Amino acid sequence: MSDVEKKSAVDYSQFPDSKGHFGPYGGRFVSETLMPALDELEQMYTRLKDDPDFQAEFDKDLAHYVGRPSPLYHAERWSNKLGGAQIYLKREDLNHTGAHKVNNTIGQALLAKYSGKSRIIAETGAGQHGVASATVAARLGLKCEVYMGAEDVQRQSLNVYRMKLLGATVHPVESGSRTLKDAMNEAMRDWVTNVDDTFYIIGTVAGPHPYPQLVRDFQCVIGREAREQCLTQAGKLPDALVACVGGGSNAIGLFHPFLEDEGVKIYGVEAGGHGVETGQHAAPLNDGIPGVLHGNRTYLMEDENGQIIETHSVSAGLDYPGVGPEHSWLKDIGRAEYVAINDDEAMAAFRELTRVEGIMPALESSHALAYAAKLAPTMDKDQVIVVNLSGRGDKDILTVAAIDGIKV
Amino acid sequence: MNRITARLADAKQQGRKALVTYIVNGDPFPDATLTTMHAMVDAGVDIIELGVPFSDPMAEGPVIALGHERALANKTSLKSTMAVVKAFRETNNETPVVLMGYANPVERMGYESFAVQASEAGVDGLLTVDLPPEEAADLNTELKKVNIENIFLLAPTTNRERAQSIVDLASGFLYYVSLKGVTGAGHLDLASVEEKLTELRQLTELPICVGFGIKDAATAKAIGQYADGVVVGSLLVERMGSMADQSPENIAAAVVELIAPIRAGLDELA
Repeated sequence: MSDVEKKSAVDYSQFPDSKGHFGPYGGRFVSETLMPALDELEQMYTRLKDDPDFQAEFDKDLAHYVGRPSPLYHAERWSNKLGGAQIYLKREDLNHTGAHKVNNTIGQALLAKYSGKSRIIAETGAGQHGVASATVAARLGLKCEVYMGAEDVQRQSLNVYRMKLLGATVHPVESGSRTLKDAMNEAMRDWVTNVDDTFYIIGTVAGPHPYPQLVRDFQCVIGREAREQCLTQAGKLPDALVACVGGGSNAIGLFHPFLEDEGVKIYGVEAGGHGVETGQHAAPLNDGIPGVLHGNRTYLMEDENGQIIETHSVSAGLDYPGVGPEHSWLKDIGRAEYVAINDDEAMAAFRELTRVEGIMPALESSHALAYAAKLAPTMDKDQVIVVNLSGRGDKDILTVAAIDGIKV
Repeated sequence: MNRITARLADAKQQGRKALVTYIVNGDPFPDATLTTMHAMVDAGVDIIELGVPFSDPMAEGPVIALGHERALANKTSLKSTMAVVKAFRETNNETPVVLMGYANPVERMGYESFAVQASEAGVDGLLTVDLPPEEAADLNTELKKVNIENIFLLAPTTNRERAQSIVDLASGFLYYVSLKGVTGAGHLDLASVEEKLTELRQLTELPICVGFGIKDAATAKAIGQYADGVVVGSLLVERMGSMADQSPENIAAAVVELIAPIRAGLDELA
């Protein structure tokens, strides 16, 4: 397979550097109390990531608990309808708990177990990461507390109830914009108070080093599988990858194993909300500026005084003013292109995939699908797009029903 | 000499414990800040920490976090905070003022621009909660050029190796965080403060002020046995926040009322 030989000027495996930087991004911007805990986590992760026993345990859980590998599904009917490139869906929606988030929580729960800490905390936006954290905590018999913005508690009430059934305590966060960023502030406050016995499972590739690295590593199973599956099923590497980007963990998980395949175009899709031009969106890579928030330097949505501004997206999981630092770097060096899809376009893609393929996607993933639907007709029929279908839409049916004016 | 260094040297020479007070600029409304700063000086405050509000104050407990929200609702910014310091300097050229806040407003202004403007305004020190020594080198360079002290936090979790690297970068004074937690928390452990401060004294000659969880004369006095100064914040911010409908003079008087017994308690240690 000479056509899949890697050729790249950048050795992406060397990032982040030893201080957690991706170029100017990433790093470790937290109060001193947490610095030693991050040092400790970094040391433990550095030791375990190349430990065959740890990897075997992780792989075993992914296979038998999560249900991996997830299929790569050729959406033929939809591709034909769009009349261009062949679209393949990486079916992370079929994972246990219904999204890619569990890949990471399985990995971090193993770290928690090795660290001997008895209590897990997590922040959550759409609730998928909260559910995935509550799930692994239940399985390990660990106490689990989840911080969730009060607004998200309302719009994702099904996931709140799921977490409670799993034995987790859900704390609605009333401060600030009452969404994901405020949940993360509150989780940090909990962690700084209970740092001795608490493991903080961050749900995305953001936060202080080593989180962006370890979450990426745990999510890279998506891209490794997709690469192999595409070679087998389509007989070649994909021409393009598409994934939605909030914090960006499903996207980096798909993208990273392809970074050195320079022929593969990479598109990250941010939440355009009411439209990037309106300012009411959650697209920092399209319309933001580098700054420091939640432990890392990255593109942010902020005002002229450096205050973080409120974001808007129909999907709670993308409603975040920052983004993982590796995405900021990939944007700057031009390896990935970051585009935006509006609420309306995402909703249309949600309905389209549901009706044409019988797959109900999460509203987050619907952003990626909407961009793929724009991209496919511009490409040839023998070209391939792999879209990360990062989660299933069951959690969103109340939101969709409300938009339709229907009371379920 | 920088005002912070001068003031703490004076206090040490006089055998007096320094009282450091924290309020949030623009809280509960912009006009309250300057009046309260002057009143605090008259009440025996040695160093004023002026909080620069941030939208995401991760290290703050609920009391100070609400102070930041009120200040932001009043359109307070890093720029307007420097303007307050400038106004303060019109009649007070002795009392050190430290800006305390988060990295992003400083990042947005730019390190060099911040340093120059802060120096012109009469700022003496900067404490950036989320800028540990690993990430502070560039800002430090700019601050040094204008003789603004870079105040670093040390925590109960800080080991000797980290403490050494912090001490190497720090100037003015060291701010020891008395507990694992957010500002205004209530679980002060005196024995551990004593132990940690003894350890730190082996590494540095810099004065050490202790904050987080100091609520009254008794806790201030207890901490003052081991520290060169104590920092009081949440106590003041809570009271100020409850007086949004009152005059600046009334607010300043209420703050002085809270400070007076603490000052007296510290002076008993002299």
